[in-house]
Amino acid sequence: MSYCRQEGKDRIIFVTKEDHEAPSNAELVADDPNDPYEEQGLILPNGDINWNCPCLGGMASGPCGSQFKEAFSCFHYSKEEVKGSECIDNFRNMQECMQRYPELYPQEEDKESSQAEASSSSVSAAPTEGSALPPETDSTPATSTSESAVSSDSTSLIDNQTAS
Amino acid sequence: MLKCRTVWKKLAPLARASSTVCRQNVRRTGNVTLTCVPVAHMSTGPAGGGRENQLYVLLVGAACVGGAIYTYRTVKGDNQRYQDRIDEISSRPYKRATEEPATPIQSEPPAAESPAEPTEPQPEVVAESGKTVVHLSWVLMIIQDHALTVSLFCFLPFSFFSLSLSRARCRSLMQTPGGPAPASLKVPSHTPYLLIGGGTASFAAARSIRARDPGAKVLIVTDEPDPPYMRPPLSKELWFSNDPSVTETLRFKQWNGKERSIYFQPPSFYINAEELDGAENGGVAVLTGKKVVHMDVRGNKIKLDDDTEISYDKCLIATGGVPRNLQVIERAGEEVMKKTTLFRKIEDFKSLDKVSRNIKSITIIGGGFLGSELACALGRRSTEYDLEVVQMFPEKGNMGKVLPEYLSNWTTEKVKSEGVKVISEALVKSVVCKDDKLEIKLKDGRLVKTDHIVAAVGLEPNVDLAKSAGLEVDSDFGGFRVNAELQARSNIWVAGDAACFYDIRLGRRRVEHHDHAVVSGRLAGENMTGANKPYWHQSMFWSDLGPDVGYEAIGIVDSSLPTVGVFAKATAKDTPKAATEKSGTGIRSESETEDTAISPVASLTPAPNVGQHKDEYGKGVIFYLRDKVVVGIILWNVFNRMPIARKIIKDGEEHADLNEVAKLFNIHDD
Repeated sequence: MSYCRQEGKDRIIFVTKEDHEAPSNAELVADDPNDPYEEQGLILPNGDINWNCPCLGGMASGPCGSQFKEAFSCFHYSKEEVKGSECIDNFRNMQECMQRYPELYPQEEDKESSQAEASSSSVSAAPTEGSALPPETDSTPATSTSESAVSSDSTSLIDNQTAS
Repeated sequence: MLKCRTVWKKLAPLARASSTVCRQNVRRTGNVTLTCVPVAHMSTGPAGGGRENQLYVLLVGAACVGGAIYTYRTVKGDNQRYQDRIDEISSRPYKRATEEPATPIQSEPPAAESPAEPTEPQPEVVAESGKTVVHLSWVLMIIQDHALTVSLFCFLPFSFFSLSLSRARCRSLMQTPGGPAPASLKVPSHTPYLLIGGGTASFAAARSIRARDPGAKVLIVTDEPDPPYMRPPLSKELWFSNDPSVTETLRFKQWNGKERSIYFQPPSFYINAEELDGAENGGVAVLTGKKVVHMDVRGNKIKLDDDTEISYDKCLIATGGVPRNLQVIERAGEEVMKKTTLFRKIEDFKSLDKVSRNIKSITIIGGGFLGSELACALGRRSTEYDLEVVQMFPEKGNMGKVLPEYLSNWTTEKVKSEGVKVISEALVKSVVCKDDKLEIKLKDGRLVKTDHIVAAVGLEPNVDLAKSAGLEVDSDFGGFRVNAELQARSNIWVAGDAACFYDIRLGRRRVEHHDHAVVSGRLAGENMTGANKPYWHQSMFWSDLGPDVGYEAIGIVDSSLPTVGVFAKATAKDTPKAATEKSGTGIRSESETEDTAISPVASLTPAPNVGQHKDEYGKGVIFYLRDKVVVGIILWNVFNRMPIARKIIKDGEEHADLNEVAKLFNIHDD
C-alpha cells in the first residue's frame, strides 16, 4: 500500500507497483492535430516535408542542403512503382556533394541504417545507400519532435507519444 | 510648415464667419452683385484679409532664405574639409587601382553629375577606404549643390531630409578608418541574416533559417575564438572521459556510447565570411573573435569592435551571458582573482582541468546546477589526484532552489558520497590570499583554506547592446524583453539565455538551459523566416549528479512552490539492479533526441531494512504547483517520459489527484 507524508508545503507519496496498476483516471485535453503552434514532425499535415524537423539533423541546412532537399522532395512526391526511381540524378548529385565533405557526411554503412530508424519510414528507402545521413554529427539535443521519429512507425506529430 | 498650419487654424473660423456674413447679406439685400465672395472652397487659401496673406508669404519666404543660407554654409564647410583631407592624403603615396565606389547615393541627383571633378590628385590612387570615401563625398557634394538649387524651392523639406541623409553618410564614411588594414574587406558589408553571438541559440537559429529559406546567407558574429559548441559536456561528460587529450579534442562519449565533439559541426560545415556574398546556395559563416559594440536599429546595421559596419535585414541577438562573480572576491584583489575561475567557456574548462591536476584543494562556491555538477565531476577525480573538493553554498542542500527540501537533502548526501566536502548554509564574508593559499572566511566564523576557487553563482545576461539599440531590458528577470514570438523590435529577435520572453502558458520568464537555447533559437529562426509562431513547445533540462542521480525537468521548477512527489516504493521483492548497461556510467547529455531508445540509468538498491519506511527516493515524479495547476515536473531517475510531462504542462489543468497523473508515467517500468 502506498503511504503519504507531508513536509511543510511538500507532499510525498510512495507507491508500489500494484498501486499503479489500475489505469489512470487523469484527464488529458485532446490534442488538435492541426494546431499551428505545435511542433511538426517530418511530414506536415498538408503533406509537405518539414525541413526544420530535428530528425533531419543538419541535412537540409548544411552545404549539401539544397541537393538533399531536391533529392528527398523528388523521392517524397514520387508516384512510381519503385518509389524514387526517377530521382537517381538528384541522389547522385547529393552523393557527389556529400563526398566533398567527408567530415560532415561520413561514408559509413551503419550510420545509414540508424538514419533510417530516425526518419520516418518513407525516408528509409534504398536511395540513401551510398551516402550516409548521420544524425549524430550534429545531434543538437533537440526537442521532442524527434520522439515521433523514434517511434518510426508514423510520420505524424509528437502527440502519439502521449500515454494512452 | 507647422507655423503656417497653426496660423491657418486661427484664421479658419474667421473665414467661415466672414463667408456666412456675406451670404446673409446677399439673402437680405437680394442683391445679385455680391460685395464679398466667399472663397472658402480652397482649403489652404488665405481667408478674408490681405494682411494674413502677406504674413503667410513672408513666413514661407523667410524659411526658404534661411534654408538656402544654411545649406550654402554647410556645403562650403564640407568643401573646405574635403580639401584638407585631399591634401593630407596626397601626402601619403598608394599604389593600388581604384575600386568602384559602391555607396548608393540617396539625395536627388539631377543629371549634372561628375564631370565637375576637379582635383582628383594621382589617378593611381585609392583602394584605401579613406581615399574612396573622400572621392565619394566629393561626388555627393557636387550632387548636393545641384540638388539644392533645383529642389530648394520646390521640395524644401525633402531637400533638408536628403541633405541630412547624405551628410550623415558622408560623416559615417569619413569616420571609417582610412588605415592600411585590409581586414575590413574580409567581412561582408551586408548580410540578410545576422546572428549576434555564436552559441547554442545562434546555431539552432542558423540551422532553422537555412532549412526554411533555401539559399539563405547567414552570418554569425561571436567574440569567442571557437565556432558554435554545446555547453553541457563542459561540466559533465568531458570530465569523465578517459582520454588524456580530451582538452584538445573536446570529444566525449554520449549516453548511447557514441563519441562526438562538443562542436555542433566541424569547420567544413561553415563557409568563410568573405565567400558569403558570392555563395550560390548561401551558407553559414562564422566570424570569430569579433565583438558587436554598437547597434543601429534605425539603419539596420551593427558595428564591430574594429569599427567595421555590417548591415542586415534580420538580426538575432543571442549574446547569452557572463558568469556572475561574488563581490567579496572581486574586492579581494588581483591575487585572489588569479586563483578564481568563472566557469562558462571552453577556455575555462581547459584552464580548470589543468589547474585541478596541480593543486591539493579546490573549492566550489555555489550549490546550483553548475556548481553541483562540477563538484561531482571534480569529486570523482579527488581519489585519483589526491584532490580535496569542497563545495559551499548558502542554501541548506544542493539544488536548494530547485528541489524540495527532502530531495535536496537526499541529493546532498549523494554529492557527499562522490567525494565532495559539502559546507551548507555558508555565506562568504571575505577571501584573502595568504602564503599562496586562499583563505575563505564565512559569516559564521568558519575558515576554509583552499588553493583555487570556482565561482558558480549565476549568470548575468549580456544586454550590452540594449543601450545603443534602444531595446527594453527586463527588470525582474534581466535580459532583453521580447514578446511571445521572441521579437524585440521589427527586425530583431532575441533567443537563449539573454531572452526574457513571454511564455503563453507559464508567464514571462527567462530560462538558462541548453534545450531552451535550442528551442528558442529554432523558433527565432523560424520567425525570422516569416513563421510568426509563439513560444509553445516547452523546453526541458536535465542534470546528472554522479552515476546514481539523474533527472529531467520541464517548466517552472522552483522549490518555493508547493510540490507533490510520487516515488516508487522499494519492496522486499526488489533486488539490486545491475549497474548501467552502457560504458560504465549513465551519464547522458542529450535530451530526447533523434536517436534510439535510451537505456535506463541504474536504479538504486533499495534500503537494506525494508521493513521500516526508510525513504529512498530512487525514482519518481515531482509535480510543482502554482494555484493548483502543474507548472513544473521533475522526472527523477525515470527517462523517456518527457512528452507526457510536456503534455500535462501544456494542458494547464487542475488535477484533483496527482497520484492519478503520476500513473501516466509508469514509474515502475524501466
